[in-house]
Amino acid sequence: MSKKTTNVREPLFHIVKRGSMVWWRSWLVRLLAVLAALVVCALITVGLTGENPLGVYVTMFDGAFGTKRRIWGMLQNVAMLLCVALAVTPAFKMKFWNIGAEGQVLIGGLATAACMILFGDKVPTVALFAMMIVASIVGGALWAVIPAYFRAKWNTNETLFTLMMNYIAIQLVSYFTYLWSVPKGSGQIGVINGTTKAGWLPALFGHPYLLNILIVVALTILMYIYLNYTKHGYEIEVVGESENTARYIGVNIKKVIIRTMIISGGLCGISGLLLVSGTDHTLTRDLAAGRGFTAIMVSWLAKFNPFYMVLTSFLIVFLQKGAVEISTIYSLNASFADILTGIIIFFIIGSEFFVNYSIKFRETKKEAAKSC
Amino acid sequence: MAAAAIELKNITKTFGNIVANKDVNLTVNRGEILSILGENGSGKTTLMNMISGIYFPDHGSIYIDGREVVIRSPRDAFQYKIGMIHQHFKLVDVFSAAENIVLGFQEEGGFNIKRSAERIAKISSQYGFEIDPGKKIYEMSISEKQTVEIVKVLYRGADILILDEPTAVLTPQETQKLFAILRRMRDDGKAIIIITHKMHEVLTLSDRVSVLRKGEYVGTVSTAQTSEAELTEMMVGKKISLNIHRSEPKDSVDRLEVSHINCVSRDGVKLLNDISFRVRSGEILGIAGIAGSGQRELLEAIAGLQHLQSGEIRYHNPKTGQIDNLRDKTPLQIRDLGVRLSFVPEDRLGMGLVGNMNIVDNMMLRSYRKGKSFFLERKAPKDLAERIIEELEVATPDANTPVRRLSGGNVQKVLVGREIAAAPTVLMVAYPVRGLDINSSYMIYNLLNEQKEKGVAIIFVGEDLDVLMELCDRVMVIGSGRITGTVDARQATKEQIGRLMTGSGRGDENE
Repeated sequence: MSKKTTNVREPLFHIVKRGSMVWWRSWLVRLLAVLAALVVCALITVGLTGENPLGVYVTMFDGAFGTKRRIWGMLQNVAMLLCVALAVTPAFKMKFWNIGAEGQVLIGGLATAACMILFGDKVPTVALFAMMIVASIVGGALWAVIPAYFRAKWNTNETLFTLMMNYIAIQLVSYFTYLWSVPKGSGQIGVINGTTKAGWLPALFGHPYLLNILIVVALTILMYIYLNYTKHGYEIEVVGESENTARYIGVNIKKVIIRTMIISGGLCGISGLLLVSGTDHTLTRDLAAGRGFTAIMVSWLAKFNPFYMVLTSFLIVFLQKGAVEISTIYSLNASFADILTGIIIFFIIGSEFFVNYSIKFRETKKEAAKSC
Repeated sequence: MAAAAIELKNITKTFGNIVANKDVNLTVNRGEILSILGENGSGKTTLMNMISGIYFPDHGSIYIDGREVVIRSPRDAFQYKIGMIHQHFKLVDVFSAAENIVLGFQEEGGFNIKRSAERIAKISSQYGFEIDPGKKIYEMSISEKQTVEIVKVLYRGADILILDEPTAVLTPQETQKLFAILRRMRDDGKAIIIITHKMHEVLTLSDRVSVLRKGEYVGTVSTAQTSEAELTEMMVGKKISLNIHRSEPKDSVDRLEVSHINCVSRDGVKLLNDISFRVRSGEILGIAGIAGSGQRELLEAIAGLQHLQSGEIRYHNPKTGQIDNLRDKTPLQIRDLGVRLSFVPEDRLGMGLVGNMNIVDNMMLRSYRKGKSFFLERKAPKDLAERIIEELEVATPDANTPVRRLSGGNVQKVLVGREIAAAPTVLMVAYPVRGLDINSSYMIYNLLNEQKEKGVAIIFVGEDLDVLMELCDRVMVIGSGRITGTVDARQATKEQIGRLMTGSGRGDENE
């Protein structure tokens, strides 16, 4: 097609929004994306390191599932990531950009650690646990409700606000780790109540993480019910989809924002509790370990469905664990594992584009004539 | 005579199955002001967007100075020295006037704000603009922003200027100033097109007038040889009989009484200006007017979504006989008073419904709070959804389909169905048949008539005068936020309503 013969030049292709896709086709697209990602990763592995890509994948799998211990560790990590993801979901479903889960988890953990350190051997176990639960929920909720209140009242930007709350939380935790450090001045708390195990979540059937996992399973089911079968969940969805509609039907938007953030922050607080009391038995600045941010991806990838989130958090933890294993076994730079993880996640997120849109190429003159 | 500055031949543009422009012909000469006159949705803006490169025509050709041209993008339009001033300004708030004017424009010798300011000053003095190049946009009044937009296109050397409803946002004094500038530009040999629906502006400003009606080109007349009556008739057309069934109102009593309400926008513009009227049970009150004359604010004020500066909205409760003031009550408070008010807003998917939710969940929007339970009750909404799908013949795979997947007509059936199912005593509908096919439209008319016969007081905001005149009992016309007249729909003529809409002439029974 030369310039002179046509005066209407269409672009080579244009992008059209799809109406809907049958569920199995959308999952096929996603599966193909993972396969394509593995192929690209293999090419890069061979190109950069000369290793056999299949061997690398086997190592990855081994890193995640190789031993019983690894499987438990993996499940524990999935549970913790899932717990934070469950916490941020109501906020994101309401289109409230809660980037502050990291800080909310930290404050929950700080509150838990405070109870354990200050009251560890002074009050009965039941009272101690009650105290820890209440303190962690209130702490997390408080950290979330401050930005929520400002947003509802003065329409401040919640993304910046929640993000900045993270730094305050980190500094607070730094202060208290110094204050409570053992030995004094070391800047590290070390294992809290190592001998008495006061405030430690008990091991069920000899598995230290089992209780954590069961709690998160219960939370997953509860969150699914909350979002889909309750009036609160319905209001969250309406506010998230269209504030105008919410106004039109008389929803008190401010109330919904604040209430939802209390729930979101409270759940983050619980995650902090599970991390301090059920996993680490100590408090550090890295308690949340980036889960507050990764959880956002988990939640969005699963389209805010708690059951799908089990899959997405599983996938992401698997990639992380496997990647670490690769870099140790093959003594590669740790960044290499990050490259592989990045490629796979890129393909998975990219596949959503092809689920929602289709690409139409320009028809040539002949085809256009035929189709008319 | 030299070739026309710009000439359009047989331009056609369709969006889906809606024809926005059909075989439109238009000529503008240099040193001339041409008005394009037409009701809402007559395709004025679409046509201008094709000249300025925002849309591309399906058929037809455009000539500039007698040569056929292809305008694919705003950049192409600019090369042909076409400049458009949009109704909604496209300026960067935190930049100064001069910065906005040179933004994106590649000048010889590169960017030099001082030299630019000099050029701006030269253009300003030539045509009589008052502009401070250093002033930031966010500090400016609406009229100043408009000046920046006009200088922006002149700075880029435009000699064909298109202004989309330039006076809609201006005060009368500012309008006079703008007109003086436009006349000076015309005398300088520029070709100017203004889109408007204000009759007196057409008559005072333009040399010729082209009229569009429902996307079709009606004709062009010379302003000196025409009259307001002729233009109105060209614009609204001859009356078409639609054969909508209309019964006489029975046992009408006052239901809603709006008295002296005033409403001001955030920028201080008066949206509603001392509006008073009554709606009676068993009648349909039509509201006619150019889009954006305050219809939306009026309905939202009654629904409890718009804050009012003053005035009262009194509801006569048929059950208790009490009179309640609804002003500044939230939609929830209004409902708690026992007011059964249903509202089909103009923005169906953005306000009346949630596009991503399925039909069942959309049915619950109004009623989900019922009962003390913490959990949702989906049984009744599901039954309602299925009843509406069956009775109103909604084309959908099932009740679990998200409403955004439905066609416009079906979306509207779902919304109207839900609002009627609430057994309202007052029903407000805004543009209920916009974008609907004939069959769906008649179904909506029939539903409204059924409600009327049940004694519901109905407010119908519409744009098609034929429909308003055949469906409604009374038609109230509003212009720029005030009532310009109320007429008996059985006796009024189309021209009469048309004149009230364009802001000249008075109504017979002005309340």
